[in-house]
Amino acid sequence: MTQIRYQTFALTAEGLVCRRGGRAIFDGVGFRLASGDAIALTGRNGAGKSSLIAMLCGRLRPEAGAIRLDGLDDMPLAEAAHLIGHRDGLKTALTATENLRFAQDLLGAPGLGPAEALAAVGLPHVGALPVGYLSAGQRRRVALARLLVSSRPIWLLDEPFAALDTGSQAMLSGLMRAHLTGGGAILAATHGPLGLDDARELRIGP
Amino acid sequence: MSRAFLAILKRDLALAVRAGGGGELALVFFLTVVILIPFALGPDLNLLSRIGPAILWLGALLATLIGLDRLFQADEEDGSLDLIRSAPLPLEFAVFAKALAHWLTTGLPLTLAAPVLGLLVALPGEGVLPLAASLALGTPALSFIGAAAAALTASLRRGGLILPILVAPLCVPVLIFGVSASSAVRGPMSLQSPLLILAALSLMAAAVGCIAAAAALRQPD
Repeated sequence: MTQIRYQTFALTAEGLVCRRGGRAIFDGVGFRLASGDAIALTGRNGAGKSSLIAMLCGRLRPEAGAIRLDGLDDMPLAEAAHLIGHRDGLKTALTATENLRFAQDLLGAPGLGPAEALAAVGLPHVGALPVGYLSAGQRRRVALARLLVSSRPIWLLDEPFAALDTGSQAMLSGLMRAHLTGGGAILAATHGPLGLDDARELRIGP
Repeated sequence: MSRAFLAILKRDLALAVRAGGGGELALVFFLTVVILIPFALGPDLNLLSRIGPAILWLGALLATLIGLDRLFQADEEDGSLDLIRSAPLPLEFAVFAKALAHWLTTGLPLTLAAPVLGLLVALPGEGVLPLAASLALGTPALSFIGAAAAALTASLRRGGLILPILVAPLCVPVLIFGVSASSAVRGPMSLQSPLLILAALSLMAAAVGCIAAAAALRQPD
């Protein structure tokens, strides 16, 4: 596996305010995420972790505040970031390989091939199986393999450890470490530890 | 960029074939409508042959509407729409690929089935070709107009209810010129001009529909 080197960049968010359905979710959230940084986004259920990630992808308009990405040749944040959310973006009727090849062709910047990526997440044998046949944890890992088939510098992960067994959690921590070493950055909403030594914590909500 | 376009087209075609999406349902609905109406009308062959093209066109229009609400909703629900949104491919082209796949799996089979079903509505032999031509030129407009409405209702849970109301008025011109092209053999009207207008409507719907759908999909919550 050849090591990818990303350009240095910095993602800055300042004074983000989120309001959904007239209810204030969070207020004045800011952070700086530069190459090699990892942020663990924590907070109780409903604190707005997923909303913050949706804001970063441009799917939710912040009530106030600014999000800025410097150093990636004016690439929009949505195109510089991988999003792995609750909805895994997999088609159950297609095989794992077809799903990953689709993601690779669609997202561009090809990294590993689908077979290698599946091997990297510990699922070398499921390539030909429709995703609908897989268990929740296996589906999660196929979705995580998307991080590898296309190289994007920023990973936005929403509860990446959900449904993963301890072995797979260690595998994901390993993938995250390799990504950070290559100059990438990670923002992960989580309730548990990320398994990274130098991850900062950003706590939102009370 | 064309790689991403082809990837969406290929995926939607594979899904339609494998998961048995709206395509087969539309065809079955079309068959049912066209087979049942002659029974309801009774044994008046002249009447049937006069309104035959209208039955076929109405059947095709309604059949296209079935399953149209799932065009973007299915992708919205499983998160693949977020994937498509984050692709470098402009959203307009992504919509075009999806609408094209919808036409290939819905409009095209309807067009191919229509000449056979023409027999059931006593369509005269010389009317078969104009009917097939009018459907081939007109049904793309239905898919592209439908794509815009489907994009607007993608995140609504009961979007299927409002979609026909949005689409039906916009489909009226297609219906009028489609029927007038397919019944041109019976009257003094020329065949050429309604077919040209249908082609124009399809081209216009392809341009406007894709831009409108992309704008709707881009809108943050």
